[in-house]
Amino acid sequence: MTSAFKPHPEYLRLSDLHAFYGESHILHGLDLSVAKGECVTLLGRNGSGRTTTLKSIMGLVGRRTGSIMISGNEVIHEPTHKIAHHGVGYCPEERAIFTSLSTEENLTLAPIISSGGMSIDELYQMFPNLEERRASPGGKLSGGEQQMLAMARILRTGAKLLLLDEITEGLAPVIVKKLGEVIVELKRRGFTIVLVEQNFRFAAPLADRHYVLEHGEIIATISHEELPGKMDWLHQTLGV
Amino acid sequence: MEIFGIPTALLGSQLLVGLINGSFYAILSLGLAIIFGLLNIINFCHGAQYMMGAFVAWIALTRFGINYWVALIAAPLIVGAVGVVIERLMLRRLYKLDHLYGLLLTFGLALIIEGVFRDQYGISGESYDVPELLSGGINLGFMFLPIYRAWIIVASLTVCFGTWYMIERTKLGAYLRAGTENSQMVQALGINVPLLITFTYGYGVALAAFAGVLAAPVFQVNPLMGSNLIIVVFAVVVIGGMGSIMGSILTGLGLGLIEGLTKVFYPEASSVIVFVIMVIVLLVRPAGLFGKT
Repeated sequence: MTSAFKPHPEYLRLSDLHAFYGESHILHGLDLSVAKGECVTLLGRNGSGRTTTLKSIMGLVGRRTGSIMISGNEVIHEPTHKIAHHGVGYCPEERAIFTSLSTEENLTLAPIISSGGMSIDELYQMFPNLEERRASPGGKLSGGEQQMLAMARILRTGAKLLLLDEITEGLAPVIVKKLGEVIVELKRRGFTIVLVEQNFRFAAPLADRHYVLEHGEIIATISHEELPGKMDWLHQTLGV
Repeated sequence: MEIFGIPTALLGSQLLVGLINGSFYAILSLGLAIIFGLLNIINFCHGAQYMMGAFVAWIALTRFGINYWVALIAAPLIVGAVGVVIERLMLRRLYKLDHLYGLLLTFGLALIIEGVFRDQYGISGESYDVPELLSGGINLGFMFLPIYRAWIIVASLTVCFGTWYMIERTKLGAYLRAGTENSQMVQALGINVPLLITFTYGYGVALAAFAGVLAAPVFQVNPLMGSNLIIVVFAVVVIGGMGSIMGSILTGLGLGLIEGLTKVFYPEASSVIVFVIMVIVLLVRPAGLFGKT
């Protein structure tokens, strides 16, 4: 649904998205859209459906209904690996580094899905720790290094839409700061980013827009400009 | 010549038998371990698929005059293709269920496959001649070495180490190792995991069929040849643990040798020694010798 009046075409649109794990109904008709090059966050308390939203986009939940458009293509009925080939890079909350593969094997595992991905050299420049530890098994990396690796491996593939789940969770402030710089750089490079964040102070300056979720529904959409006026309400709603 | 009061010819020939059995254990437990790693299914029809490999070779020779060397390639391909069909039509439906269902399905399939072959060919067993190129033997001085038996060891070890190399050193192997850890994440990275699973199952089954062709000239080609062997192979897998490819190869060979030595030193225990070791390993290291705890 792009129009001549929208300078940035829509990259991701979820319409009336419902998701289920077995009998439990997790997402109740989500609608959101992300334009190319935008960074949006999904905010909410634990269990509000933020992680499930990302998993639903990747086809990693039991059952979904509604619509998921990626770059103009309906993907809700496609298998997970095909969804990735629409240019989606997914960085899960648990990072899911392959512990028995070396750092470099982890980094080069994913197939190139489109041109324009970052080269190994560029990635090692962005994350120098990974270069030092290129031969170490993924399981021996620190939490921060695993997080960098989980990000780096999707930047190599040429994915244009990044789904990043709680990337700062449990990490030291110096690494969180580094990740913030990385996000700024990725925005500069034109990546479209959906960020699930508990750390609001981390997410606030980075995002163009915030979606607030509760019980699997979006209860508010707050733009970057509106944010200062909504801080009290947000703190109350999120309980932070 | 004697060692510990045992004639070297006897010791040598039992070690050879042990090494041959160990080669079969290695190649069969390797296939089981690969399949279990990615599919989380204990492939109970592995023994039946081994038997099918031997029968395909025997049928090819007696009905169609197709020789051993062609059968050595063709039988694993044919039986592997049957495996692919089983995976696509049946196993695929069970991945979201408990492991037990996969075990039940493959156990049932094993009974059906063996039943069909018994019905068609009886249980008396058919013989398969050693191919001319590998007939005869070499006198090593201390013992007589039949060439075909040496070939079994060489061929199965080549296939085992080739498989190890493929898994540990190639991109396809990296997919397999990563998929064994977390197949959902591998798929989320854009790799066609359903296809990888089909290929892996087909390959594991083909390994069993390859062992079956190797076995045809030394054992009787018999519908029950697999079910006799596979019980020991499951014990081998339990002892080795599921975690390591090299582990299942080495455990298979090692246990074959131990079995051979037991036949020399205490023959009464030779048929239970593997199970005794299994009990001890389970007590001391429940995840197996090479398994990850």
